[in-house]
This record gives sequence, structure tokens and C-alpha cells, in this order.
Amino acid sequence: MDFLGLLQILDSTLRLATPLLFACLAGLFSERAGIFDIGLEGKMLASAFLSAAAASYTGNVWLGCLAGIGASLMLAAIHGVASITFRGNQLISGVAINFLASGLTVVVGEAWFGLGGRTPQLMGAARFQEIDLPFAREIADVPLLGPIYANLLSGHSALVYIGLLCVPLTWWVLYRTRFGLRLRAVGENPAAVDTAGVSVVGLRYAAVMICGLLTGLAGAYLATALSAGFVKEMSAGRGFIALAALIFAKWRPWYALGATLLFGLLEALGNRFQTIEVFDITVPTQFMQALPYILTVVILAGFVGRAIPPRAGGEPYIKER
Amino acid sequence: MSRAAPRDEGDAALAIELRGISKSFGPVQANRDISIEVRRGTIHGIIGENGAGKSTLMSILYGFYRADAGEILIGGRRTEIPDSQAAIDAGIGMVFQHFKLVENFTVLENVILGAEDGRLLKPSLAKARRLLKQLADDYEMDVDPEAVIEELGVGQQQRVEILKALYREADILILDEPTGVLTPAEADHLFRILRGLRDEGKTIILITHKLREIMEITDSVSVMRRGEMTATVPTAETSPEELAELMVGRKVLLRVDKAPARPGDVVLEVRDLRVVDEQKVERLRGIDLTIRAGEILGIAGVSGNGQSELLEVLGGYANGTGSIRMNGQEIDLTGTASDARTRRARGIAHVPEDRQREGLVMDYRAWENVAFGYHSDPRFSSGLFMDHAAMRADCDDKMRRFDVRPPDPTLAAKNFSGGNQQKIVLAREIERNPDLLLIGQPTRGVDIGAIEFIHEQIVALRDQGKAILLVSVELDEIMALSDRIAVMFDGRIMGERLPGETDQRELGLLMAGMAGAAA
Repeated sequence: MDFLGLLQILDSTLRLATPLLFACLAGLFSERAGIFDIGLEGKMLASAFLSAAAASYTGNVWLGCLAGIGASLMLAAIHGVASITFRGNQLISGVAINFLASGLTVVVGEAWFGLGGRTPQLMGAARFQEIDLPFAREIADVPLLGPIYANLLSGHSALVYIGLLCVPLTWWVLYRTRFGLRLRAVGENPAAVDTAGVSVVGLRYAAVMICGLLTGLAGAYLATALSAGFVKEMSAGRGFIALAALIFAKWRPWYALGATLLFGLLEALGNRFQTIEVFDITVPTQFMQALPYILTVVILAGFVGRAIPPRAGGEPYIKER
Repeated sequence: MSRAAPRDEGDAALAIELRGISKSFGPVQANRDISIEVRRGTIHGIIGENGAGKSTLMSILYGFYRADAGEILIGGRRTEIPDSQAAIDAGIGMVFQHFKLVENFTVLENVILGAEDGRLLKPSLAKARRLLKQLADDYEMDVDPEAVIEELGVGQQQRVEILKALYREADILILDEPTGVLTPAEADHLFRILRGLRDEGKTIILITHKLREIMEITDSVSVMRRGEMTATVPTAETSPEELAELMVGRKVLLRVDKAPARPGDVVLEVRDLRVVDEQKVERLRGIDLTIRAGEILGIAGVSGNGQSELLEVLGGYANGTGSIRMNGQEIDLTGTASDARTRRARGIAHVPEDRQREGLVMDYRAWENVAFGYHSDPRFSSGLFMDHAAMRADCDDKMRRFDVRPPDPTLAAKNFSGGNQQKIVLAREIERNPDLLLIGQPTRGVDIGAIEFIHEQIVALRDQGKAILLVSVELDEIMALSDRIAVMFDGRIMGERLPGETDQRELGLLMAGMAGAAA
């Protein structure tokens, strides 16, 4: 494979990793605060639908993006009420949100657009456009660095760059701010936070809403940047893959970037090499496309070393004595 | 609160004054009209049986519960304490029995949590580092600020809790059963720290059920019984016997009356017993012990030194290697023939250390719990079906003989007090006439009245010629009941002593792993 071919694969890795990255960081905030969220998938789907619908109606992708975030925040709030205020089972609440999103998007989509659950094709300003970084064209001819800058780093939609910036930002918030210290503490031992005079409920709601915001971005990216409109079940398990990446990343932001890039790479490879011949045996396309999902199973089966989740994860906080 | 009623201003020399505090949970009155005055710069003990309402009272003071009635005065000013933050603002710091620390945070992070100086951590951490060093020098509290909590011993973790309170500039420090997890040496160190704090003008409230600690360190002491404050006296003017009487409301036997043991044949013989846990840590490192019929072998030790594992292997729900002989016959230590049921069939009965998790199903009724493990007994079952009426009648009978209150077989286990729960477990195990009784922490969380009863039952069983293995972290209990005492430390038996020929100091050294010093 030549150099440009490699750059193309890496370029599409970056595109495909972005929704996973948003969702993974979203899950990171939520789970670090002790709230498991398997509803990432549903929130992403709801956001994808509403962002595409709003973008198609207004013709403005940023308004679409806001609508998508709104949808995701709504579902996040439901998860918060169920699992924080009413101390319900976080897994069940997440499953319910996934079903809700899966059904609602299709029903509402059919009612609004009559296209069998799709939204109309998004065009022009209703989609995120590719941004050329400064001087991309000018230095494109510089050997090695030029093509990397012009072909790989430049020419993505704004959300890709926002996603990449979220990684150091998340790290900084988590490890350098008061909020981050308290957030991590509430996922490990909420009683310690409570007796220190800080509200466990407030912190957990904050985490769940940040999770909603980031999954909203993931969904909007799917429908208005990666694709040009909403298609039924378009999240295709990415919410769950993001959870696997989160475990793989041991709940750390920089590792999350690495993990989601790995999943993005596998997806990119699956798209690029529809058929591969190994020792005269043709590996079927389906296998290549299943790679990210296979890796998910491998990670969840615990083949990648010990990952210690936040200790109070999944448990509602009940004040005792 | 700015109402200028004269009662709002109290005596400023009092750090804390409570007036008429009452609190009930449903029908249970946990605190009834409690009034107490604690002078500034003193160590004040609060002593009482489990369930006497000590913890409820302190939880009200720390903002976990709101009192139904009464008022709180801090430093002479009436103060409302709706939550922990308000308690902290009022200068109250609390060291809980179960530490409230984030295990994978550093000492520094735990200390500043909730008391940070700004949105960014760096300045707070720098300030805390400085302050901690100063506090360490002032009060002998040397803890590495960068150490991660889970790597520290319990004694040091407790110091972190105290540091947390001091960092928040607490003037009043409440400690709830602080010595339960400490070795005698660590407890001494804690007391030195507390005296130092008092001499600096801090006020300390010590909640405990150990009379010895009250006598050793407090300036004044309040006794609680059944939700009421029965007395507040200067410590110098009272005695352990008087306090014990105030706690239970009648004379109690602090010593157990028992005849000398008449040991018979060897019942249990353990050789080179080893247990490795899931983290591949060896928890038992070659235990040898022998128990004869008609004697009580007491195992002393700080909890977590292998006593639990020993009981679990003997009781049949953990695997081990080595040899256990029961009445001369080898017992399977692994595989399908090694479980609690086969152990029972061999004459081993077990009263587990954690009765709420291992001894009872808390949501099940008393009669169901009493039948557990023995449900296939021919008296209770015929073929496929169980005879509920027979089980109930059996439970009713046992409850009466073991003085379980209330004697209602249909009540769920969780509705009984700790002492009565323990009597239910004890009745179930003792009444099967075992050759060997394993009994762990027989009186943990049990009130003094029930302790006496339970001790009598254990001695009576011994006098019937049964072998008894007693595990307890309470040295007093071990000394009072045992015919021989073995001390465990770090998975080994450090030595065996006879109760008449040793003292708390020697056993304490053995418990701390100092074999040479005690040899």
C-alpha cells in the first residue's frame, strides 16, 4: 500500500472514531461519577434523528446539532431521575432508554417525513462542512509532513476537532479541578463526598448531563457529518462499542482516545478492504465489517488485562447513619 | 434564628449543649429528651449498649438526621444543623466507625475533598501539604501525604480521618468506636493524639462501648440506655462497675463464672492448614491446633489476620490444604464432599462471625431461619414437602428456651435486635447437639444483657463435654471464656497461653506480631 493509501485509511479512522470518542468520553463522565450508562446508544440515536430533522427543517446544521443535544439531554435527564432521584436500577433504565429511542425515532420520523423512518437527504449548510486548516494547500507539497497535514489532519468537520479537544479538556477537568476531584470521589465512595458536606445528588446529575451533552454531539455527528441524514438504527451499536472502549481505556481520557482510534481503524479497514485473500482463502466482507464488534466481545470477555471500574459504579447512594 | 430569646445564648464555656433532643424512627424512639453539656477542652465519653441511641445522637449532631424536638447549642449559640456542611461550618468534625475515605485517592486528595479553596486543585493541594506537615509535627500524626489510602494500615487511615477534620478547622471532634479496628499499641497512639488535641483546647467526644477506654482517657462520661441519657458524671468519680450498671440498669457479671475445664478426648485436630485467597495471598500459613471435648479454645487477634478464613474452612465454605481430623477421621477439604452440609453431618456446628450475612437471611422469618441447614431433618420434611407447622413449633420452643424477644416465629430476622438475632442463630446451632461448635464474634453488636446469656450458653455447652472454638476480637471475652488462648497474627498462630497465666499486655504484643517480646 502506498503512503497516500495509508493516509486515506488513517483519515477515515479519524472520521469513524469521532462518534465513538464523544460517546466514550460521555460514558467516562457518567461512570466516573458512579452511574452506569448503557443508554449511550439510545441517546446517540435520538440525537442523530432530531439533529437531522432540525437541520433539514431549518437548513442550519448548528441548529440541528443543538436540537440533537437537546434530545440527548432529555433522555439523560430521564436516566438521572430514574437512577439518582429514585435510586432505580441503572442498567434497566439504560435499556429502557435504548428501546424508547429506537422506537420513537422511527415512528416520529415516519409521521414527520413519511420516508419510512428516514429524514430527507441533508445538503449544503444543513450538513457539517469540511474545514481546511490554515496553509493546508500551501504546504501540501512538503514531503511527508505536507500530505499528513493536508490529507490527514486537515479537511474534517468542526466536530472532529471539537472531539479531539475534548480529550485534554476532560483530562484537565477530571484531574486538575475541584469538580473533577469530587466527581471521581463520588464514583468511588459517595459516603466520603456526603460526609465532606458536598451533594452526591448534585454531582451525579452534573455528570449525567455532561454525558448527555457529549452523546448529543456523537449523534449529531453521525447524522449530519458522517452521513447526510438520519437512517433507522443508524447508531449501529456504536454506543455499546464506546462502552467497550471505555473499559479498554480503564476509564481514562487519553486511553479513551487510543481505544476509540483502534475501533475506528478496524472499521476503516473493514470499509476499505472488502475482500482480503490470506493463503488463498478469501476472507468474506462480512468478517471485515464485523471486526469492531469482534474486538468488543474480546474486550468485554476480559482478554485485555484487569480493568477496575469505579467502585461505587451502578449502586444508588443511600445515606446510612 | 435571630430571635433574641434569652435561651438562645447559653454558657460560652460549653462546646456543645444539647437540650431535650428527641428522635424517633417510626414506632422506635431512638433518642428521648436528651440533654447534655460538654465543656470546652475536655474529652467526653458517651457509653451505652448497642442500640442505646449513641450513634443516632451523633448523627443528629453531624446533620445526618434532624431531631424531632430539642435544640443544639454550639459554643453557647443556638445552631441549626440540617446537613453535614452545616456541621462542618459549626466546627464539628466526625470520625466514623467505618471510614469515609476514597480508597484510591491520596491522603492529600482525601483531606481537601469538599474543603477545596477554589475551582483549581493545585493551590489547595499545596496549602494542604503545608498544613499537614505542621499538624503531623504538632500531634504525632505522621502520614505520608502522597500515599494512597488503600496502601495504608487502618491506624493510619484513621489518622487521615482526624486530619480531615482538623483541616476543616474542627474544634469539636467526634469519634465513633475508634478502637474497634486497632491493635492495643495503635489504640494507645490514638489516645496520645487525642490528649494532645485536648491540651490544644479541642473538645473531643468519644463514643464507645469499652469501659476500659472510658476510664483511661475521658474527663467526663455520659451513659445512654434505651434512647435516654441516664447519667453524666466526672470519670474520676466513677468506676467501671458503676458505669456497667448504669448502662444495663442492673448488676452484670463482667466475669464469667465457670468451673475448671475437664478436657476429654481430642475432637478436632488441625495440621498445617493453609488457605490461599483469590488474589493469591496466603491467608492461613500453616495452622496447627487441637481441641478436646469439654474445653473452649479461644482465638484472639486483630480482625483480618486469618481468623475468618479459619472459620470458613472449618465450616466448609472455603477450600484449603492440610489436614483436619474430626473425632479421628479425616475431613475432605476440597471438592464436592466439602461443604457446610457434610461438615454438619460430621458434628460441626457453626455460628458465623457475620450473622447478618452468613448466619441469617434477614428478610426471612425466624422459623425459616431456625430450620435453615437442617430443613431435610426427618422431623421437618417428608419426601418432597416440608412440614411448616413442625418447623414453627420447633422455632417457638427454641425461642422460649433462648429467651428471644419478642418470641414470635413469624417475625422477619431483620426485625430482631442484634442480640436476639444472635440468640436465634445460637439456638439453631447448639440445639443440634454438635460435637464441635465454631463460634465467631459471639457478642459483636450484642447488648450486655444478651452477652451474659450467650456466654452462659457457651460455657454450658462446654460442660456438656463439647469442644468449642471461639473466635473474638474482644480480648475481655477471650480471657473470660477460654480454657486455652491461641493468638493469631498474619495467618499464623503466634503462641498459646493459659488465661490465668497471661495478661492483656502480653496478648496484645502477640496480636501485634511481636513474638520475641512476649516469649
